[in-house]
Amino acid sequence: MGCEAWTEKLDAYFDGELPASEARSLQQHLRECATCSALGLAKVQAKLVVKSAGQRFVPDPAFRARIEKSMTGRARSSGLSLSLKGRGWLPVFEIITVAAVVLIGAALFLTLHRERGEQQLISELVDQHVATLASANPVDVVSSDRHTVKPWFEGKIPFTFNLPELQGTPFVLVGGRVSYLSQSPGAELIFRVRQHQISVFLFQERGPTRMRENEAVQTALSFQVRSWRHNGLSYFVIGDASPQDLDKLSELMKAAG
Amino acid sequence: MIGWFTLVCVSEQSSLSGSFEELAMPLFDRLYNFAHWLTQDRQEAEDLVQETYAKALKGFSSFQQGTNFRAWIYQILRNTFLTSRTGLKSTATVPLDMESDSPMLPAVKDTPESILLQRSDRQLVQEALSRLPVPYREVLLLCEFEEMSYQEISATLAIPMGTVMSRLSRARQALRDTVRELHG
Repeated sequence: MGCEAWTEKLDAYFDGELPASEARSLQQHLRECATCSALGLAKVQAKLVVKSAGQRFVPDPAFRARIEKSMTGRARSSGLSLSLKGRGWLPVFEIITVAAVVLIGAALFLTLHRERGEQQLISELVDQHVATLASANPVDVVSSDRHTVKPWFEGKIPFTFNLPELQGTPFVLVGGRVSYLSQSPGAELIFRVRQHQISVFLFQERGPTRMRENEAVQTALSFQVRSWRHNGLSYFVIGDASPQDLDKLSELMKAAG
Repeated sequence: MIGWFTLVCVSEQSSLSGSFEELAMPLFDRLYNFAHWLTQDRQEAEDLVQETYAKALKGFSSFQQGTNFRAWIYQILRNTFLTSRTGLKSTATVPLDMESDSPMLPAVKDTPESILLQRSDRQLVQEALSRLPVPYREVLLLCEFEEMSYQEISATLAIPMGTVMSRLSRARQALRDTVRELHG
């Protein structure tokens, strides 16, 4: 299938409406085609802009209170129960089944909700990685010396971290910058391996930055993503280098603790 | 088989225990936001939301438990809007051919417009959204902001899935064009 046919499917893909088999083939194509990958990134960013722009109007709290009061009043006057309680007795085993179904449903909902949140989180970090690469000044502290980069973050982010010894490895520390995710400051470290740049993001493990799994291997818009949690921090390694390179850098970061 | 049947029946009964308030009030802020986008006026948006809640409460007993409550209440809001003076006025200006289940526009390449949209700020996109015809504005908001599936949008707007896709495609193109115009 040519690029034109794939680009026609990009909207459905990013809307989450493409059948799984086609989505897999499209993902494969995005990994291999820089043009379609760039177009995909533009579409994702456009979606995010519209999503953000969509939240514009906030109701007056007094209006909410009026509606709530009005709902209660109408329900009482019409004799309609708001909670539909007292619908009859359910046998004990059915109540247990109901509870089980509700619990399973809630668990499924929470899992799906969490997965969507995580995808959004990864997508934001990939955007930040791409923005860093495109920037004329990709790092705020330029140094390959970990003893320069680490102290630079003191007072700028609310936590500290260790950087690995890179001597004898193919990785070079380029520098670092302060990054923000869901209004929380964190560190973005840039490493180079051959001609590839890899971003390592560190954020406090809380709220939206908390990942579901202890460790995860993912891809987003053809970028390799590795993530894990350690000592109250969430780590995200993102880049277009080979999966082996990302695994190796992740291992070095983990070993540094 | 019997076990599955029991499970389905009980599952449907359990959803009945969800109260109208429990289902409807968490959607309040979003319904208001959507209503304000449609009416472009605070007072009209409040009237629209109030009428929607009143109709939804009245019709709650006929709501098919186990089906999509969000799509149901959004559908009530939209139908109420369409029969309002502002709604009638706004839809009267939309050409009918736009509503047809016509094929989607060809895919848009990485043109300057799409880059423009990608780099535009929130305020400019809000201005562009408010200038779109209502059918385009609502389908974009339901898809991008409400993150509804095509099926939910189809139920909410009472249009076939094919029309959802073609209208979305045209709405995205219209938004890009409007953003370009605003950029001058």
